[in-house]
Amino acid sequence: MSIVLAFLALLVAAIGWWLAQQRLFSKPWLETGIQPMTMDSPATPPETLGLWIFLAVVGALFAMLGSAFVLQIDATPWQLVPLPRLVWVNTGVLVLSSVFLQIAAIAARHGEMRLLNLSLAAGGASTLVFLVGQITAWKVLTTSGHLLAGAPAASFFYLITGLHGLHILGGMVAMGIVWLRLAPGSRPKQAHAAVALCALYWHALLFIWIVLIALFTGWGNEVLALCRSVLR
Amino acid sequence: MGDIRHEAGAGLPPLEVPDVMPPHAHGWWGRYVFSQDAKYIAIQYACTALAIGLVALVLSWLMRLQLGFPGIFDFITPEAYYQFITMHGMIMVIYLLTAIFLGGFGNYLIPLMVGARDMVFPFVNMLSYWIYLLAVLVLVASFFVPGGPTGAGWTLYPPQAILSGTPGGQQAGIVLMLVSLILFIIGFTMGGLNYVVTVLQARTRGMTMMRLPLTVWGIFTATVMALLAFPALFVASVMMLFDRVLGTSFFMPMLVEMGEKLSYGGGSPIAFQHLFWFFGHPEVYIVALPAFGIVSDLIAVHARKNIFGYRMMVWAIVIIGALSFVVWAHHMYVSGMHPWFGYFFATTTLIIAVPTAIKVYNWVLTLWRGDIHLTLPMLFALAFIVTFVNGGLTGLFLGNVVVDVPLSDTMFVVAHFHMVMGVAPIMVIFGAIYHWYPKITGRMLNEAMGQIHFWVTFLGAYAIFFPMHYVGLVGVPRRYYELGEPAFISTPVGGLNAFISVAALIVGAAQILFLFNLGWSLRHGRESGPNPWRATTLEWQTPQTPPRHGNWGESLPLVYRWAYDYSVPGAAADFIAQNDPVTIRPAGEQP
Repeated sequence: MSIVLAFLALLVAAIGWWLAQQRLFSKPWLETGIQPMTMDSPATPPETLGLWIFLAVVGALFAMLGSAFVLQIDATPWQLVPLPRLVWVNTGVLVLSSVFLQIAAIAARHGEMRLLNLSLAAGGASTLVFLVGQITAWKVLTTSGHLLAGAPAASFFYLITGLHGLHILGGMVAMGIVWLRLAPGSRPKQAHAAVALCALYWHALLFIWIVLIALFTGWGNEVLALCRSVLR
Repeated sequence: MGDIRHEAGAGLPPLEVPDVMPPHAHGWWGRYVFSQDAKYIAIQYACTALAIGLVALVLSWLMRLQLGFPGIFDFITPEAYYQFITMHGMIMVIYLLTAIFLGGFGNYLIPLMVGARDMVFPFVNMLSYWIYLLAVLVLVASFFVPGGPTGAGWTLYPPQAILSGTPGGQQAGIVLMLVSLILFIIGFTMGGLNYVVTVLQARTRGMTMMRLPLTVWGIFTATVMALLAFPALFVASVMMLFDRVLGTSFFMPMLVEMGEKLSYGGGSPIAFQHLFWFFGHPEVYIVALPAFGIVSDLIAVHARKNIFGYRMMVWAIVIIGALSFVVWAHHMYVSGMHPWFGYFFATTTLIIAVPTAIKVYNWVLTLWRGDIHLTLPMLFALAFIVTFVNGGLTGLFLGNVVVDVPLSDTMFVVAHFHMVMGVAPIMVIFGAIYHWYPKITGRMLNEAMGQIHFWVTFLGAYAIFFPMHYVGLVGVPRRYYELGEPAFISTPVGGLNAFISVAALIVGAAQILFLFNLGWSLRHGRESGPNPWRATTLEWQTPQTPPRHGNWGESLPLVYRWAYDYSVPGAAADFIAQNDPVTIRPAGEQP
């Protein structure tokens, strides 16, 4: 459970930082009148805050999966699944899609509709390529004998990449809705925030993917061994 | 003495979120069925939770019939008994308690108490309810499939949960259970995002975090915890679903069943326990923290006194929330673990008692020399304090490894957790319903029926669970369909079990009277007026009762003070509403 605890420690630090700004030591029973709110201004829009909190939940989800994965390594030592080379190509494609969405967010901020449409199309297409690539990677693995119902290490690979893919798919639905709202005649200013949120979501899922790759390839093992020795 | 009137717009800090009217509903369906108004969603949540809770109540009756009068009721087979246990526990903990506190009270009270027009994402909020309803329907469906619902116990421990020896293990029961849990978590996440962002961003001007009523603090913290803890249950459910349906072995070691080797192998059942309790222990506080918050407000209002140690109460809520994430393994002492591991978890478990005790002292000190009105909400609040202390004390016993190991599988544990997270939060739910029903409907609940309900429930709950501690100490194991007269139990407990069962039947009947009261008072209750309890918090200051769409009429309320200005010396009335701009200076102080 070391990964979950490390993730929660990060969140606790963030929550603690926020709490520290809430005047927890004030004496509300002595104060009357309207006081300024202690939140930073201009305030974060609710959608942005909502997405950050949602990302924390998604982070918790994958931290749990990672923890379960590591717990199993402890319980029953096994060989890690050899990752198909295609997974590295997929990773590159996902990085690319993240870059495209960042360009889209910048284009939206400057009101460049043409560039915005282009980069959204490129982002969507590269994400699609990533998903197809992941499914192909599954096929490569199954043909090489690592079945879903085989050793737990393989099962974990399918489960975790599958859930990650589902989150990407959900992001694509959201991006599609944003894009529809960008239909000719709408002002890009309105869409700016929404596109920026899409980009943020893509970056987060890319980050999660990189951490997962580290787990699958065993890079993380040394760090984890260190964490475990500290936590025990 | 001088009144300072703040005019809207004069030197006011800007709103965090622009004041826009939430979308208006179109037609009857939009207003009453697919409503995006948090108040309707709250009522939908609460009614669904109470309805499914009634099912769980009947299941507990059936269990008690078997335990009290074994061998008399032929239709309660061992399989059925395990199904009753499982469904009773799961429904009560998740589909009733979690849903009614966060989905019900959270939806109704958060926007009104923070001075918002609605939740910040009304559409997502509506989806949250409908997915919750779907989860409940999937759960109910499992009663009607071949083999019936799962009988794996509410903890659903693998490997037994998905093997043929467990009712529903190789049939649809366990699959529907897991699917229902997954749906519930998705639905809850949608609602939870709303509650958190609404508290953070949609507070009206003047409503700083340290002026929030403790009810909001409790629900807010519990929601944050739930958002972070439910993913563990989600992961565990998905993985077990894979094991059951797709033949993976995440939680399944190599197994021989009926002399036949199964295809499973290599998984770890303990991993499930870690995931389950990583959710399961915070879940206790996900239920308890809203109860803590609500009971603080009930006590302050009905004792006409400010809450003692408001700051300390807020800190305690936050600290309990954080600590509850590092105690999960105290549910796993008997699963076998490194002694230092057990030592660590016993220590953290006992540390939680400190902030919890602070809260209890503060409630008692709020009551001290207060003007206590023994109204129904106050009676339930007092019952909560007593019950929570009782249940909490046995928790201190069980938190220690050496005490827990012999008691772990006995009725003592059943008595403990029913006191601390069954009876105690339910008392708060009842108190809260008696307290806020006038705001929701404009009418008071019938007092006579309420008094019968309270006394039968309170005394009856003790008649059930006090003897159960003893039954457990004598050594009666939990989850046994039929005990007989084994040699390891020195004292026969048959008579005591029959007594508990009769008490359980009577207490259950009192709940039906309560549900009847809810419906009866809707038409025949006394008109309550806008603020029958003379409370300070914003929900009682709405222009209409029950509050209309958008809650606040033309403009949002402004908040000038904290939520607990009761019996202020020198004030005209014995309470000053949060949106009342009057300034009271202590006698003798020059303006």
